[in-house]
Amino acid sequence: MAGFISLFQAAVVFGTVIMFGAVGEIITEKSGNLNLGVPGIMYLGGIASLAGVFFYESSTENPNKFLCIIIALLCGFAASAFGGLIYSFLTITLRANQNVTGLTLTIFGSGVANFFGGSLNKLAGGVGQISVAATSSAFRTSIPGLSKLGAVGKLFFSYGWLAYVAIAVAIICQWYLKRTRSGLNLRAVGENPATADAAGINVKAYKYVATCVGAGISGLGGVFYVMDYTKGTWSNDGTIENLGWLAVALVIFTTWRPKNAIWGAYLFGILYWAYFYIGGLTRSSQEIFKMLPYIVTIIVLIVISLRKKKENQPPQALGLAYFREER
Amino acid sequence: MATVEYNKKEAFVRASLRDSIPRYKALLIRLCAVVISLIICAFLIYSITKINPLKVYQAMFEGAFGSVRRSWITVRDTMMLLCIAVGLAPAFKMKFWNTGAEGQILVGGITTAACMIYLKSLPTWLLFICMIVSSCVAGALWGLLPAFFKAKWNTNEILFTLMMNYVAIQLTSFFVALWENPYGSNTVGVINQTGHEGWLGYMFGDNMLFGQEYSLNVIIVMTLTVLMFVYLKYSKHGYEIAVIGDSQNTARYSGISVNKVIIRTMLISGAVCGLSGFLAVSGASHTISTSTAGGRGFTAIIVAWLAKFNTFTMIAISVLIVFLEKGAVEIASQYNLNDYVSSMITGIILFFILGSEFFIRYKLIFRKRNKEVQ
Amino acid sequence: MNNDVAVSMQNITKAFGTKVVANDDVSLDVKKGEILALLGENGSGKTTLMNMLSGIYHPDSGKIFVNSQEAVIRSPKDAYDLGIGMIHQHFKLVDIFTATENIALGMKKDVSGSNKEIAKGIKDICDRYGFDVDPNQKVYNMSVSQKQTLEIVKTLYRGANILILDEPTAVLTPQETEKLFSVLINMKKDGKSIIIITHKLNEVLAISDRVSILRKGKYICTIDTKEATVMSLTEAMVGQKVELNIERNNVKNKEERLIIEHLTCLNKYGTKALDDVTFTAYGGEILGIAGISGSGQKELLESISGLHPAEEGSSVIYVKPETKEKTQLIGKTVKQIRDLGVAMSFVPEDRLGMGLVATMGMADNMMLKSYKDNRFMFTSRRDSRKLAEKKKEELEVVTPSIYTAVKKLSGGNVQKVLVGREISSDPNLFLAAYAVRGLDINTSYTIYNLLNERKENGCAVIYVGEDLDVLLALCDRIIVLCAGKLNGIVDARTATKEEIGMMMTHLNEEGEEDGNS
Repeated sequence: MAGFISLFQAAVVFGTVIMFGAVGEIITEKSGNLNLGVPGIMYLGGIASLAGVFFYESSTENPNKFLCIIIALLCGFAASAFGGLIYSFLTITLRANQNVTGLTLTIFGSGVANFFGGSLNKLAGGVGQISVAATSSAFRTSIPGLSKLGAVGKLFFSYGWLAYVAIAVAIICQWYLKRTRSGLNLRAVGENPATADAAGINVKAYKYVATCVGAGISGLGGVFYVMDYTKGTWSNDGTIENLGWLAVALVIFTTWRPKNAIWGAYLFGILYWAYFYIGGLTRSSQEIFKMLPYIVTIIVLIVISLRKKKENQPPQALGLAYFREER
Repeated sequence: MATVEYNKKEAFVRASLRDSIPRYKALLIRLCAVVISLIICAFLIYSITKINPLKVYQAMFEGAFGSVRRSWITVRDTMMLLCIAVGLAPAFKMKFWNTGAEGQILVGGITTAACMIYLKSLPTWLLFICMIVSSCVAGALWGLLPAFFKAKWNTNEILFTLMMNYVAIQLTSFFVALWENPYGSNTVGVINQTGHEGWLGYMFGDNMLFGQEYSLNVIIVMTLTVLMFVYLKYSKHGYEIAVIGDSQNTARYSGISVNKVIIRTMLISGAVCGLSGFLAVSGASHTISTSTAGGRGFTAIIVAWLAKFNTFTMIAISVLIVFLEKGAVEIASQYNLNDYVSSMITGIILFFILGSEFFIRYKLIFRKRNKEVQ
Repeated sequence: MNNDVAVSMQNITKAFGTKVVANDDVSLDVKKGEILALLGENGSGKTTLMNMLSGIYHPDSGKIFVNSQEAVIRSPKDAYDLGIGMIHQHFKLVDIFTATENIALGMKKDVSGSNKEIAKGIKDICDRYGFDVDPNQKVYNMSVSQKQTLEIVKTLYRGANILILDEPTAVLTPQETEKLFSVLINMKKDGKSIIIITHKLNEVLAISDRVSILRKGKYICTIDTKEATVMSLTEAMVGQKVELNIERNNVKNKEERLIIEHLTCLNKYGTKALDDVTFTAYGGEILGIAGISGSGQKELLESISGLHPAEEGSSVIYVKPETKEKTQLIGKTVKQIRDLGVAMSFVPEDRLGMGLVATMGMADNMMLKSYKDNRFMFTSRRDSRKLAEKKKEELEVVTPSIYTAVKKLSGGNVQKVLVGREISSDPNLFLAAYAVRGLDINTSYTIYNLLNERKENGCAVIYVGEDLDVLLALCDRIIVLCAGKLNGIVDARTATKEEIGMMMTHLNEEGEEDGNS
């Protein structure tokens, strides 16, 4: 039981990162933009929040926890939305290829993040030395009282508050896409931009906003990773990139429905950490076990392509540029 | 009826498709993009380091071509990148988005390293045959899997190949742990450091071809580049690939077995990427780690795309990108920054090149000044 | 300016690229409460002109007045705000949405009301003009005519006063067309202005008040329909007197070429696209296939040529003219059929997406089916280059060079390239789907001549067409398909249009063969 609890806890923390990433990417993809820059965007979000908070904390004796959180979220969201903006400008306005632009964004984001992350480490005196303790602890405060409720508390109430925000964001996005007029318009843009255009929807604006907001949400995954998962430190080990690709995988797994991202993300987490809780593995065979989430995604991919249900398919215009006067 | 806004202004600028553009003009536009991006990078570097940007670019040039040794390293890495891009060319021409080069390189690298470790007592020629064949086969298998499902059930290949990268990375971690040397270092270390068994540069013993360690890399990759160009442009296979890339319906109509060609092309693509893994391990680092591919599988996608699948154009783009990387690493070490500055600069420059394609395909029409009074 | 003019377009010019001028100084008025027909051949610039009214394109020069006030229409939204709605030929509907959702699209909630209110609005409009739409039906479950109805309802719901319909009858049965026309007349009585784009003269005469004619992008004239005749309209439309009769020789040396028995195949949704079709095609005759679109024509040709799988029990037997040797084609791939020496050519409906490689030039397209003939692993470019040069000259293909991507050519030239290649292999079984769709009259005649030439050579020609006049004038016998079933075979020399029209829409369960003498 204790083993399961800690596995579940690890899975939730892990899952929260990719849940943000995936939900943001779902919003982006619903507009017809396949943004393969998710890893880069999460990098940008992570490093921006860390840098923002680092300079704030080192400028003051007594950092205000509330301000710490605001700065972290704002910087993270803004930087990753900026990544989305670069992507949008290139693919929507300049009609560059989406896949190539996304991959470039990933290269760029990891470059920027690791460059500044390395510099911050140097400023702070070495790897793992960046101390944004105040912010990190502010992020890791869980609901007082409830987390002490034995197994239940540990399973459900022991996480930093951003983990619950992730669930809320997923639910809000689900509601937005399914229940609001604007969500309907957005889905139309991703399904059939010519139709949306003819219906008087500003296709470009929808794509821009969805991609930037989507990127911002994905970037919160980076913020959570830095502030909660690694407790406010930075290392250039490329974990965010792995998580970013897993988020892209999770989008498929959810069949483009934010609500499925909630349990899907935790399932991915369980698969990822399963090796840790299975006894008798050598160090090398543990590595084999870490393949699991990727293999599961491959299987899901195959299953989706086998069952050709109309409602489960990717947005029809995903990956295609739209240009009204094209002829 | 709601009030309607009449007499709205026309959009300030509109884009319209160009019929064609002279080659020199297209080249000029791309060149402008690179220059502008370099200026922006210079500003960026200046604002961070307060170093004269010109000096920075001088330092970059030194980093890439400052000495014979450095030039050869630049050449070696260019060849590596080019080899992967050449491998991707047939898949991309077929509109099969092989984002799995990273994984294909790694599995090719793993088998090469395995041969170097377990088969080093074989005669040199046999050892090399084993390494080359096994790396190609491994890469091809890694390409086969997504191709098979794409052909059979139209499974999304972008995401499939992407996931295969991570399976390959974990597989590499597994072998790194297995072959760890020295114990506890979590690296494989340089393989066959003393005897140079399976080192490409030492294939003919200590008398290196043309006196250069990497001359064989150049010969292999340039040969592949030419072969791939001919294959894509003049062979029946190349024709089939082009037809499928344009329209699978047309391909079926003409009697091409689409599934067969998809699988065959991905076998070739994967094999060449696997061979890049051989080059990386046997021809360059002589070790294996999860960073053996080092993102080059992704960079090569951009190279292949920007070159419009023309393998000769890929040479120029590979040179540019590797030059930037080497240069950036040099700046980083000279001015106490870290290496990642190169990814950042590469990213910015690629953004500009990608954006510049727009001005090659489209022309802009600005609003005419209308002086009419209502 | 006159107050009953709803829309006035003045001196509109629009060019695509530097070569194609789609509209050249066109002026046009639409009055309130009238139906204006916009007549012209395919490619005469009708749709382009209307797209500028609906905000899809932007004119290079010229002015548009709506209700006597100058308007710049930059987007479909602007057009809607001005009360202009267009029903495109390719419906602008989202497949996975319901009717209600499609109408809600792009409207603010305070304008459109909630989905419930929209559903009610749909019902009101349906009652008023005589439509029938289920608000909760998903579009991918709708028939073509249902989709069109939904499009019209959508436009009306948005308060359009000026409706533009782009060839609305192309996809409808005669009965559905009649229904549409009665609805349009209802709307006209309600004070709405309607522009109907068409190239069918009988429709112009049946429904419009006035007719404006375009030819090759230029405005020709506007006539009151009362004063128009078929002849005067045709003359204005094509610009010169055209011999309406297609040459037709009697069938000589009629011999069995293709024996089709119990051919059944499924579409991608698993329902029967073709249901137990049996007929024989003879060498030396042109066999027409009539039917409203989607009645199984595509599947018929594709299953003969090995592109579409057939169900158990189907049989398609090819008889070799020289040896009378019989070959079963069902269950074989395109390549296997070709390897068996079946000299079959196929001009598919989708020219650039199936018959040709859009991004390649004429030269490379010529070897699409023969690229393997060369020995060794390389293709022979010399042969295809020669063939391309020859066809370019013979068929007068207008192209800058045989290396120019065929997608840059005009529709007529694309078709010449495709038919030219298919004929060059000297087939004795020739399948053609909608071979003259979108072509000007001269090119159409070139194609008819080529088909007749084949017929003279003893080739069996199967011609799927949509224009009944052409089918009746060109073919020897006509097979009528209805909902995947063979509904009768008629003699083209004696049959009437009405007769075929009936057979296209009313399934004759006994499958009687009228007039097949």
